[in-house]
Amino acid sequence: MATYLASVPQIVTHRAEREPRGWTSWVTTTDHKRIGILYLVTSFVFFMVGGAEALLMRSQLALPNNTLIGAEQYNQLVTMHGTTMIFLFVIPVWAGFANYMVPLMIGARDMAFPRLNALSYWLFVAGGVVFYSSVLWNPPDAGWFSYTPLSNGTYSPTAGQDAWIYVIHLTGIASAIGAINIVVTIASMRAPGMGWGRLPLFCWGVLTQAIMLIVAIPVIAAAVTMLLTDRHFHTCYFDPRCGGSSLLWQHLFWFFGHPEVYIMILPGFGVISEVLPVFARKPIFGYKAIAASTVGIAFLSVLVWAHHMFTAPIPLVVLAFFMISSMAIAVPTGVKVINWVATLWRGTILFRTPLYFACGFLVLFTLGGLSGVMLAIFPVDWQLHGSYFVVAHFHFVLVAGAVSAVMAAVYYWFPKMTGRMLSEPLGKLSFWLQFVGFLVTFGIQHSLGLSGMPRRVYTYNADTGWGTDNLISTIGAFILATGVLLTVLNVMRSLKRGVPAGPDPWKANTLEWLCVSPPPAHNFDVIPRVTSVEPLRDLRAQVARADRDGDVAGTAGALPGVGLRVARSTNVRGGEHV
Amino acid sequence: MRAATRPSWRRHVPGRVRARIVTAVTISTVGGLAVAPPAWAGVITPESGGSANADSIAGLYRIVLIIAAVIFCAVAGTLVFFLVRYRARRGRVASQIRGNTRLEIAWTGGAALILVVLAALTFTRLHGIVTPAASGDAAGAIFATVDQPRAPGGHALHIKITGRQFVWRFDYPNGAYSYEELEVPINTTVVVDIYALDVNHSWWVPKLGGKFEAIPGYVNHTWFKITAPGVFTGQCAELCGQHHAQMIATVRAVPLEAWKSWVTRQKQLIARAKVDDQVNKARLDSRAGAAQVESP
Repeated sequence: MATYLASVPQIVTHRAEREPRGWTSWVTTTDHKRIGILYLVTSFVFFMVGGAEALLMRSQLALPNNTLIGAEQYNQLVTMHGTTMIFLFVIPVWAGFANYMVPLMIGARDMAFPRLNALSYWLFVAGGVVFYSSVLWNPPDAGWFSYTPLSNGTYSPTAGQDAWIYVIHLTGIASAIGAINIVVTIASMRAPGMGWGRLPLFCWGVLTQAIMLIVAIPVIAAAVTMLLTDRHFHTCYFDPRCGGSSLLWQHLFWFFGHPEVYIMILPGFGVISEVLPVFARKPIFGYKAIAASTVGIAFLSVLVWAHHMFTAPIPLVVLAFFMISSMAIAVPTGVKVINWVATLWRGTILFRTPLYFACGFLVLFTLGGLSGVMLAIFPVDWQLHGSYFVVAHFHFVLVAGAVSAVMAAVYYWFPKMTGRMLSEPLGKLSFWLQFVGFLVTFGIQHSLGLSGMPRRVYTYNADTGWGTDNLISTIGAFILATGVLLTVLNVMRSLKRGVPAGPDPWKANTLEWLCVSPPPAHNFDVIPRVTSVEPLRDLRAQVARADRDGDVAGTAGALPGVGLRVARSTNVRGGEHV
Repeated sequence: MRAATRPSWRRHVPGRVRARIVTAVTISTVGGLAVAPPAWAGVITPESGGSANADSIAGLYRIVLIIAAVIFCAVAGTLVFFLVRYRARRGRVASQIRGNTRLEIAWTGGAALILVVLAALTFTRLHGIVTPAASGDAAGAIFATVDQPRAPGGHALHIKITGRQFVWRFDYPNGAYSYEELEVPINTTVVVDIYALDVNHSWWVPKLGGKFEAIPGYVNHTWFKITAPGVFTGQCAELCGQHHAQMIATVRAVPLEAWKSWVTRQKQLIARAKVDDQVNKARLDSRAGAAQVESP
C-alpha cells in the first residue's frame, strides 16, 4: 500500500521532552493537541449515540403502523437525535479538529489561551452530561428547535426541557470561549511571513466559523434564558395567553439557527479545500475566491433566517426578501463548488480515502445545495416545508456535507495525530457504504416529502402509500451506519497496527506536516518563515535544490537554527503514502 | 493532448459522437422532466390536481427541478470526467494552475444570473398561487361576504380552521362546525382563516396547495378551489405534541346541493347534541349533589 518514491527529503524535528502519561495528564491537560483529541473522541461517542437514536427511529418507521416505539418515545428520540448531532457532535468535532490543527497549520506552539481552551472542553462535557442525564427521568420531546408554546411550562412540564435549555447554554458558552480563543490565536500567533493571504483555507473556514459563533451564540443564549424564565418565573416573552409572541421565539431561534448551519459546514469547506489540492497535486484553484466566498457566506448567513418560517403568518414582501437573500447565498457556495472541481482540472489525481470523501462531498453537497435553492423559493417551500423533503435536504448538507468532510479530515489527519496510517481498503469500503447508504436513505426521502409525509411523525397508515419508500430509507440507514462503524473500527485497529506514517505521508503543503507525527508538546523546534500559501512545498523545493547542489549549509539553511535533521524518505519507514 | 496519453475510451469514441451523447443525455433529461406525467406527482414533483394553486406550485417546482437537474448533471459530470481523465499516471505532471480571474468572474456571474431568472420566474407566477381564484356562480348567491372581499367576484366561502391538540375544527359561516373532516362545495373558492388554540400546528392538504402554520395569537390565510367531487387528505405538519402523527385532516368536496343539505343536517345534529348534553349534565349534577362525588 505504501509506495516509496525516491529522494524527496523530509524534514524532521526533534522530540524534546517526554510526554506526560496517565489519565490525570489527560484530565488536567492544557495542550491544544490533547484537548483536540478529547474533543474528537467525546464528540464521536455522541455521534454513535445520535446514530443509534436515528436507527431506532428508522426502525420504527420501516413499516406502517409499527409499534416498536411509542409516540412519546419517538418525540424524545427526535429531540435527542437533533440536539445531539448538532450541539454534541458536529460543532465539537470541528472544535476538536480546529484545536488540534490550527496552531500546527499557522506555526504556533499552542492556542492563545490554553486554560480557557480546557475550560471550553469541560463545559461541553458538562452540557452533554446534563442533557443525557435527562434520559434517566424525562427526556425533552419538543424537537430540537423547541417551538413555543409546545416547549413552555404548560405543554412540556418535565425537566427534560430544562435539560435541553442547559445543553444549549453550556455548549454555547463552550463554543463562544473556544471561538474567541481561535480568533485570537489566528489573529496574533501566525508564523513569520504568514499574512492573511497565506493563511491555510481550513484556518479561513475555522476563523469565519468562530466569528459567526460569537455573533450567533448570544442570541440563542438570550432566547433560551427567556424560555427558562417563562417556564419557571412566569415571565411572558413567548406565551400568547399573556401578551407574549410565539413567533418571536421562531425569529430568535432561527437568527441563531441559520448561521448555525454554516457554523457546521464552513470548517468542512476548509477541509475540502485542503484535501483536494494535496491529492490533485496542484494548488487550489482560486485561493482568494474561496477565502472571500467563505466570508461572503458568513455575512449572508445572518440575513436568511426567516426562510425557516415561510409558512408562518408573515407579509409577502418579507418572504420575498428572504427568498432573494437565501438565493444569494447560493452564489458564493456555487463559486466554491466550481473552484473545487476546477482544482482537479489537469492535476494528477491520487485516489486515496480522503479524496474519496472529498469527491463524495462534492456530489452530495451539490444535490443538497440545489434542493436548498428549491426550498428558498417560498411558494415551492409552502409544499415542501416541514415535510420529509426538508429532512432529506438538511441531511444532504449536514450528513453528506459536514460528516463527509469530517470523514475526509479523519483520514487526512489521522497519520499526523497518531503517527500511523488508516487502512486504505477499509477506508474505501467505508466510503462506498456511506455513499450508497446515504443516497438510499435520504434520496428516497425527497419522494416521501413530495407525497405528503410530514417530518416528526412516529407512525403512518398503510393507505398513505409511504411504506415502500420508508422501508428503502431504513435499509439505507443501516448500510450508512455500517459504513460509519467501519471507520470507527479502522481507527481502533490502526492506532496500534497501522503502517507508520512519518511526518508527511501525503506530501502535503501546510505547516502541520513539518513536525513529527504525532507532534511533540511544543509542536515545532523551529518555526520557518512562510513565503507562500504552500510553505512545506517551498521547503521541500529548497531542500531538494540544496541537496542537488551538494550544499549542506543550504540544506540546513532551509530551516535556520536549532536541532535540524534532514532525513531522506528512504530512511524513514513508511515515509510516503502518495 | 497527445493520443498516447488519452484514456482508451476517448480514443475509441470520436469527439463528434461524444458531443452527440452529451446532447442526447441533456435533451432526454430535460425533456423527460418537462413532460413528466402526473403519475410522477409525489415521486419527483409535489402533489397537485386538487386546486389551481397546488397546480401552479407544482408547475413552478417542475421548472426549478429542470434547471437544478441540468446544473447537477453539469457539475457531477465534470467532476467524474476530471477524476477519470486526470488520474495520476506515470509521466504525467500536474499543471500548477492557481486560478483564472476571468473564469471565476464568469461563473460567479453565471450563478447569480440563474438565481435572478429563478426569482423573476417566481414573481411572475406568484399571483396565481397567492390570490384566490374567482369563485363559481352558484356559491356566490348564498355566501357572498361584504366585509372580506378577498376572492375576485366576492363569492368566497369563508371557513375558520382551528388547530388544537390533536384535532382540526372547521367553523362554517352559518353556525355549523365539524371536526377532522371539512365539507366544501365544488366550484367554490374556499378562503381559509387558520387559528391555533394551544400550540403551533400547520395546515397542509398537499393536493390543495401549500401549508400554513397555525400559531396561537396569529391568523394565517390560504385558499383553495376544488372543481370535481373528491376526498383530499392531509395532516398537521408542525410537531404539536405526542399525537401529532394522528392529527389528520380530510377535505370532502361535494356538489353544492349535497353540501347545503349536509350543512343543514350538521346543524340539526349539533342542536340535538346540545340538548342531550344539557340533559346529561343535569342528570350528572343531581347525582353528584346526592352522592357528594369528589370532583376530579
